[in-house]
Amino acid sequence: MYNQTEIIKDTTELGPEGELVVNMGPQHPATHGVLHLVVTLNGETIKKIEPHLGYIHRSIEKMCESLTYRQFIYVTSRMDYLSSHINNTACALLVEKGMQIEVPERAQYVRTILNELTRIASHELWIGAMAMDLGAFTPFFYAFREREMITEIMEDTCGARLTMNYIVPGGLMYDIHPTFQNKVKAFIKQFKEKVVEYEDLVTNNVIFQSRTKGVGILSAEDAISFGCTGPVARASGVNCDIRKIAPYDVYAKVEFDEVIETAGDSFARYMVRIKEMNQSIRIIEQLIDTIPEGDFVGKTKNVLKLPKGEFYQRVETARGEFGVYIVSEGGTTPHRIKFRSPGFSNLSALSHMAEGSKIGDLMATMGTLDLVIPDIDR
Amino acid sequence: MTNEEIKEYISAHAPNATFEETGEWLNIIIEAAEWKALATAIKGNPLQMDFVFCLTCVDWKTHLTMVYHLTSTKQRHNIVIKANLTIDQPQIETVAGIWRTAEFHEREVFEMFGVHFSNHPDLRKLILEEDFKGFPLRKDFEDPINMIKL
Repeated sequence: MYNQTEIIKDTTELGPEGELVVNMGPQHPATHGVLHLVVTLNGETIKKIEPHLGYIHRSIEKMCESLTYRQFIYVTSRMDYLSSHINNTACALLVEKGMQIEVPERAQYVRTILNELTRIASHELWIGAMAMDLGAFTPFFYAFREREMITEIMEDTCGARLTMNYIVPGGLMYDIHPTFQNKVKAFIKQFKEKVVEYEDLVTNNVIFQSRTKGVGILSAEDAISFGCTGPVARASGVNCDIRKIAPYDVYAKVEFDEVIETAGDSFARYMVRIKEMNQSIRIIEQLIDTIPEGDFVGKTKNVLKLPKGEFYQRVETARGEFGVYIVSEGGTTPHRIKFRSPGFSNLSALSHMAEGSKIGDLMATMGTLDLVIPDIDR
Repeated sequence: MTNEEIKEYISAHAPNATFEETGEWLNIIIEAAEWKALATAIKGNPLQMDFVFCLTCVDWKTHLTMVYHLTSTKQRHNIVIKANLTIDQPQIETVAGIWRTAEFHEREVFEMFGVHFSNHPDLRKLILEEDFKGFPLRKDFEDPINMIKL
């Protein structure tokens, strides 16, 4: 049985087989949150990684059992705070599915655009932070320059720069800002010019390539077995994009490719995210000029009551498959709610991926998993 | 595979299974004792249920229900498997050896609901502190200090 104080005390002494236990986190610059990894080393080689979670556990699932179907959406922005629009969409879609609420086309278009902008913003932040973990500081500023434009669009639209709450059951909370379309187009223009710079700065960088290629390999079978989704699984050649498998909103109407790489290493995961940003731009370009006029929210009752039964909604966040499972007893609050977070399953594969590699490579392996700790702990 | 074919296959491996098709996906209610054998069978051909995308538990006050959402990445059919457990001694066989994602999810269910997964490789608390008393996601759980009731 693990004893926290004991492990922290004994880190300077070798174990019975000459292994060294190193605590990484809960306060570590590369974990981007409070993740505690207990790493067992043999020399510099990783033997085992044991994640200890719960430093930011707020028991959101229990909290949601006493919130109504309008209220619980706002809590989900606090889980994966980099994909808050997408999390909100999942909850709204579930309530709409359960109550057969019709969503106006205008709302569906805006939701899809916002979801894709969120995805780009999340990947931008990831590139900056990931490159910084590996010792390159400049990409961080490059990435935040473009991300700032998205953040401004979000601020105009819903008043928040992070933890956005804009999507409600039936559509949107308000109509879009008058400058929305122009700002998004300006962003697309700048992004297309600047994304080339990332290629020069990071993708073609010899140091970056040699630190990520062949590091943290995950095979397709293991990715499926560990429940990995999103860019992590797609870098191993698994088709798992929910936008293709079970399209929601207007994803069925737009053309885009599911990005697949087959190498399964850290560099492949990096490439998937870079290419996904370009696909997101492609989706936004198809929709931005054709946002239909009309209502931005459908007709709903003031008090929402899901019929008795069970409902499940899957969406594709920036990190992978996010699922909401609600068991309803017919009342105004859910009987049981479960959030299937992509980071939780992706993290479970970390020990398997890092086993046998050097401790210095752990940054690359863990960085490309794109972990958001509040999403894992919930 | 269609739902009819899936039902036929599952009935052959778990004779006591009952089916429910009112929801989005086919629900299969099995007995806890049948679970391990059925899990091994549906992982292989012809069902190829290789991906557990949600594993959780529901507290019904009188009993607990384990809920497994499964899909096949090759054939894209989804099923939901449920097993009822007693509230006093909830116990079910682990499937961590079949789907490795189950290892972490079962640890979470273990600490939140107190379900004991027999033969689990590493069954201990994952999110909560070691000395935490009680099972927070059960309906009868009350924390006098930290809990806010709405």
